[in-house]
Amino acid sequence: MRRLALVIEVVAIAILFASVFAGAARYPLMGGATALLAGAAFLGWRSPRRSMPGFWLWYLSLLVYAFLYLPLAIVVVFSFNNSKLNAEWVGFTLDWYHRLMGNADMLQAAGNSVLIALTAAAMATILGTMAGIAIHRYKSRVLPGMVFTPVAMPEILLGVSLLVFFLNTAKPALASVGVEFDLGLATVIIAHITFCIGFVAIIVRARLAGMDESIFEAARDLGASPWQTFRLVTLPLILPGVIAGALMAFTLSIDDFVITFFTSGLGTKTLPLEIYTMIKTAVTPEVNAVSTLLMLLTLAMIVIAGRVAPEVLRGKE
Amino acid sequence: MALLELRNITRRFGDFVAVDDVSLSIEAGEFFTLLGPSGCGKTTLLRMIAGFDLPDAGQILLDGKDVAHTPPEKRPIHTVFQSYALFPHMTVSQNVAFPLKMAGKGPEDISRLVREALNDVHLGEKANHFPHELSGGQKQRVALARGLVNRPRLLLLDEPLGALDAKLREEMQLELIELQKEVGVTFVFVTHSQAEALALSHRIAVMNRGRVEQMDEPSKIYGFPRNRFVADFIGNINMYEAEVKEAAAGQLRLQVAGMGEVSAPSAEGAGTGGQGAFAIRPEQIRIASREETSPLKNHFPGKVHDFLYTGDVTTYIVDLDAGAQIEALLPNSAPGRAKFFEVGDRVAVEWRHDAGVFLGD
Amino acid sequence: MTSRADAARAHGLTRWLVSTPPFVFLLLFFAIPSLIMVVASFRFPGEFGGLAPLVPTRPGEEAGLTAENYEVFFGDWVYFQIFLKSFGVAGITTLICLVMAYPVAMLIARSPKRHRDLMVLLVILPFASNFLVRVYAWMIILGPMDLLFSRFAVLLSMVYVHLPFMILPLYTNLEKHDPALLDAAQDLGANGWERFWRVTFPLSLPGIFSGSALVFIPVLGMFAIPEILGGKDDWLVGNMIKESFLGTRDWPFGSMLSIMLTLCVLGVAAMAAWLAARGVKRA
Repeated sequence: MRRLALVIEVVAIAILFASVFAGAARYPLMGGATALLAGAAFLGWRSPRRSMPGFWLWYLSLLVYAFLYLPLAIVVVFSFNNSKLNAEWVGFTLDWYHRLMGNADMLQAAGNSVLIALTAAAMATILGTMAGIAIHRYKSRVLPGMVFTPVAMPEILLGVSLLVFFLNTAKPALASVGVEFDLGLATVIIAHITFCIGFVAIIVRARLAGMDESIFEAARDLGASPWQTFRLVTLPLILPGVIAGALMAFTLSIDDFVITFFTSGLGTKTLPLEIYTMIKTAVTPEVNAVSTLLMLLTLAMIVIAGRVAPEVLRGKE
Repeated sequence: MALLELRNITRRFGDFVAVDDVSLSIEAGEFFTLLGPSGCGKTTLLRMIAGFDLPDAGQILLDGKDVAHTPPEKRPIHTVFQSYALFPHMTVSQNVAFPLKMAGKGPEDISRLVREALNDVHLGEKANHFPHELSGGQKQRVALARGLVNRPRLLLLDEPLGALDAKLREEMQLELIELQKEVGVTFVFVTHSQAEALALSHRIAVMNRGRVEQMDEPSKIYGFPRNRFVADFIGNINMYEAEVKEAAAGQLRLQVAGMGEVSAPSAEGAGTGGQGAFAIRPEQIRIASREETSPLKNHFPGKVHDFLYTGDVTTYIVDLDAGAQIEALLPNSAPGRAKFFEVGDRVAVEWRHDAGVFLGD
Repeated sequence: MTSRADAARAHGLTRWLVSTPPFVFLLLFFAIPSLIMVVASFRFPGEFGGLAPLVPTRPGEEAGLTAENYEVFFGDWVYFQIFLKSFGVAGITTLICLVMAYPVAMLIARSPKRHRDLMVLLVILPFASNFLVRVYAWMIILGPMDLLFSRFAVLLSMVYVHLPFMILPLYTNLEKHDPALLDAAQDLGANGWERFWRVTFPLSLPGIFSGSALVFIPVLGMFAIPEILGGKDDWLVGNMIKESFLGTRDWPFGSMLSIMLTLCVLGVAAMAAWLAARGVKRA
């Protein structure tokens, strides 16, 4: 009986989802869905406990999962909607995607985003891996603070302090030796590296912490020099963590809004910044289309990262 | 010349002295064991021999040469770690081949030596498996093969049998003896199990609190412990406070607390009036019913307090009339065994005048 | 002994090689900018925005250091109110996230091992979508219902964006609980609710504190959500900072606000760490 209740719950959620596209019929549908949810809860409450002791956990968790996914699903569905307004489902179309491909600003922003993400991820991975190894092996006291604080602080603080640093300190300093410097791609890349280092370091360090220490001693015991030990034993074993870290860094960079917002200056546009502008000025389902594509990309990255190094999925402390 | 010589090795960690002026020498081809309770310094000593730690004082001589300046990878000494430390990303063959690769051997030599090594430990068919696919005992053997494949001067084993269950442990002990004999490499074995040390070793160094208490063959250590610690740590023993009443040629007359007058073999440096302990192994004691007469000098009446029947032997715990409690071990199927005793039976315990030891303080 | 010194020296060289590059990079692009901001909060605003020079370049120009930014802050009730509002929003968001995250975290922790990774992945995937997209999604949903530009929209969005950060640490903690403890409690007479309240909940406190810190602190610094989804009334600290730097271009004031925000964040982090340590001792 309780299983039936859960099925009713899923149906209710589906109706709730559909109601968003129903235009005027929205409110009656939402009402109906809510009633079904209540009914499912009542049914589950009344049924014998034996039929499914974990019922309430499932009931509540399904609601939370639905809460997480429905809004995104709505964005995706509307990207195929043949209407300028994101209010009611009219018909299927790929129009918005076509317009996206022809939107020069958007394409350039996308190019910038990818370039920045690749560069930042590469540098952050190298520096972050070194930091992760250093923190794990040498129990340093200053380095962990510097590496992990950018991760823990609200992004706006990092963005703002880099803005001041670049314009007020770096720019005049470089100008005095004849180098013209302004906010742009380089500053965004540097900013991204700064906050990505911490993420990579966390992952690499977690990976090292989970390994049997005596393996490295064994390698030296059996005749390997410290460099050989690193090359033949340490590196292969942390490689999954390094790759996962690189993927995470790439994802974080492509998705970043706040830090990029402050350090990009006037000329440089990235995908999130473009989306922001579109949201604030002219909202068309082109936003939905670009969002959907961006989601697919980062989704792929995270799935691969999760496969390569399952530790990424745990202990994000 | 001894293969390995340790001279006055000391290692301190802050105020704590882990190894206190230890000197010993190990001969080529022998199975040498460092035995002691946790914290006695045996593992620290092992790590210094391997090169992962440096002594604060003293010398480590391998084939007469001081190896203190040599890093671990350059010493012809390999270690079998307690956790086996197999490389998880390499197959069994690759693990065993590792030291050969580091030594720069060619591919044909490597594959031949790896095959031989795996056969030595009876693991030939697992060559292409990964460590996580193996059982504990199998991982152990891979670690052994890896440590022996390029015939180091010395193989160090750090409590390698600790993680195995009892039956497997016994099997591995026998295999270890066989392996060492066959391969001929000198083993330095660290354990806290005295039974294991007695079974496996040619010689044992019993350690306590950073010092070597006694170093000798197993039978000598068992039969002639030199002090209270060694006597108590090895096997089971009865021990009582004693005072030397008279020290004559080859014999001591002791006054033992709770017992009476005891004849014991003479001990080094034990003179009249000396204080110490009298110790005797349970299997050296004979139990008879009280009425029996006996020619033995050491003969004390008592009552059976309890007994422990363990299938092959029975340990009787006897309360002596004079006050002390003593344990006697009797095999259950000895021919001519008088009788089995019950709790409360009046008995007499006795032993030869040359059994037992006096341990002077 | 010389060889100990040799070994230490070789060890030290590797340590230097590995630690220095990240250290230098972060020193240059994190530590130093932070210090510059601290100093900036004590400076005058430049004539055309930005910072005034430390040494006057023209007679009569405002230059040098001053505490006036802090004076303004502590002098006017309005700024304190906005900080309070931010704390309030952060607190409510954290609480709602906790209530929503707990069932999911428990469900995943109690599921068979082979399902867990997948379920965790399903929690993380929405996080993979762009932050703005997640905010935009709620614009679509709430728009036609006339709920936009309200406190409700802001809160809803804040919860939505930060929920995975509460689920993961909570799950990590719950996964480590020994199921035998619950059996023991039941054996000794505790019913379902009591088992949860007296065994599971106290043991999960460290996870609750980690998750709460991971939600509370970012929310404190948020500006995009109030800006896009909120009304003028819903301005938080982040909005004020953004306005200072990009709108009025009063950089010293913005720096001062950032320093105040940093202090708040450090305070919260310290408290979370202290609570977590205490919770561990109790458990």
